[in-house]
Amino acid sequence: MSAPTLAVFKLASCDGCQLTLLDCEDELLGLAGQVRISHFLEASSAVRPGPYDLTLVEGSITTAADAERIREIRAASRHLVTIGACATAGGIQALRNFADVDEYRRTVYARPEYISALATSTPVSAHVDVDFELRGCPIDRRQLLEVITAYLSGRKPDVPDHSVCFECKRRGTVCVTVAHGTPCLGPVTHAGCGAICPAYGRGCYGCFGPSGSVNLPALIPLLRRDGMDDRDTERFLHTFNTAAFEAELRS
Amino acid sequence: MTTPAAPAVLDRTGLNALVEALVASGRTVIGPTVRDAAIVLAELGSAEELPYGWGVELEAGHYRLRRRNDEAAFAHSAGPQSWKNFLHPQREKLWSADRSADGQLTVQAESAAAPSYAFLGVRPCDLRAIAIQDRVLTGGHFKDSGYQERRKGAFLIAAECTEPGATCFCVSMGSGPGADAGFDLALTEVVDQAGHRFFVRVGTEEGAELLAEVPHRAADSTTRESARTAVADAADRMGRSMPPVSLQRLMGASLEADRWDDVAARCLTCGNCTMVCPTCFCTTTEEVTDLTGDHAERWQRWDSCFDLDFSHIHGGPVRKSPHSRYRQWLTHKLGTWHDQFDSSGCVGCGRCIVWCPVGIDITEEVSALQEEAER
Repeated sequence: MSAPTLAVFKLASCDGCQLTLLDCEDELLGLAGQVRISHFLEASSAVRPGPYDLTLVEGSITTAADAERIREIRAASRHLVTIGACATAGGIQALRNFADVDEYRRTVYARPEYISALATSTPVSAHVDVDFELRGCPIDRRQLLEVITAYLSGRKPDVPDHSVCFECKRRGTVCVTVAHGTPCLGPVTHAGCGAICPAYGRGCYGCFGPSGSVNLPALIPLLRRDGMDDRDTERFLHTFNTAAFEAELRS
Repeated sequence: MTTPAAPAVLDRTGLNALVEALVASGRTVIGPTVRDAAIVLAELGSAEELPYGWGVELEAGHYRLRRRNDEAAFAHSAGPQSWKNFLHPQREKLWSADRSADGQLTVQAESAAAPSYAFLGVRPCDLRAIAIQDRVLTGGHFKDSGYQERRKGAFLIAAECTEPGATCFCVSMGSGPGADAGFDLALTEVVDQAGHRFFVRVGTEEGAELLAEVPHRAADSTTRESARTAVADAADRMGRSMPPVSLQRLMGASLEADRWDDVAARCLTCGNCTMVCPTCFCTTTEEVTDLTGDHAERWQRWDSCFDLDFSHIHGGPVRKSPHSRYRQWLTHKLGTWHDQFDSSGCVGCGRCIVWCPVGIDITEEVSALQEEAER
């Protein structure tokens, strides 16, 4: 049996999530021994045609061309995993979803007519079926390896859906909200990063988007208590997973 | 069986010597110390690392470190962790398996030697919590061998409670503020005109042996009396209380209460309450494989009934709504725990109140359920 093929594609994104794969320095050779990397432009310009067994996609859909491309990628992929906040929630570029894109175009570009963009930035799952969504801005390398390893052994990846609070408590971090009065999105944010920011005395920024069970309206009064006004709260929620948190606020 | 040693008095030097003796005997000494603006439980190299002169200000969803007017080391109530962090750690390897080139599997149970712990400053509420976890994790047919190993070797030095917090309610749970059993040594801190000292009672032979090794004096009546008064006063200064009814019966009668909707609207389902609770014991297992698939490991890690995956069976989670998950936690803790383990699962330490980011108060919720039941 030949090794399964791995492909990596990008849409509207910063490349940081696929870079996480190259970041797996210690495991990269081991990985190369288990899969045939068939399409990974960030690592090599040598590409092989599909179909691919496992495809990782970073980036969101922001143009009509991307919307077409993701269908082709889906059609060429047996198992499609989206990686990162752009691919799973539309990314920071989904700020446009709450604004006038034409106005942006006119303001930013000397020749706005050169720019062909959709009015919204949407996750891949809004366009095609996705087999697994790995969260984060950027994704966590241990979780990426877990997703790939789980795929190779035909099991479900162990990527818990609970809040960042679980990770803080497990690593023994003192709660920055309760003990310091620091605004923190940890209670509503998907675990996965290992609760890095609170471990350094900062509140969670919500890079991994909403957790599997979120009660965002209940957190807002707490952010207010800890010194955030309406504008601060809006900015706090409108970062890498802006569309996902906005959907939670409206739910 | 020898007669238990008579009570004694230690001063700070004596307490230092006590910790030194424990460290010298190869024990990992865990006790309260200041870190990240909180009094945490961590490994102590010396008793000088105790939070001398620090107290805490507690409220629902609120914890602040405060300087005290005296140099007391144990005049603070439950902090962000409990002893379960050490006895029942958040993640633990159970076994590993290797597949050889000819396909043979070798399974190896984890057999890492447990640290020999000495816990310094265990509150009576937490002594009760340890006794509850003993029953849960080792009292039944299936025993948690890792817990059993760590627990068996642990040396417990209790510190009776003389400074309850605003979120404490051990009196109404019958678990404090005094310690009557379950310790090797029990300290009661006394700070008055006669000085800063610790009234020491001996609970076990091992405790007596350790005490004999360090400078101490026989207990005088003034110290004994001051210690007794300090603990009795603490009982009158509990910040909170549970309604004086059968909580087991109340939980059983409250399954359809409207109050669950009220609390579910406030609950973040973040799981903090279960992780800070000194008796919550639930775990899940995690299967780890390497890229080759030839090496696999099984780990046990803390889980929580607030996690959607916790009740996930074929088709989805059984307790999908926050309403059902909060109800599961509370009715188990105060109600069905009795059926399962012959006691309440709550010791009145107040951690779930303090460390709930939105300050959901278990005593307030139970009082509301009680009022609703009486309507």
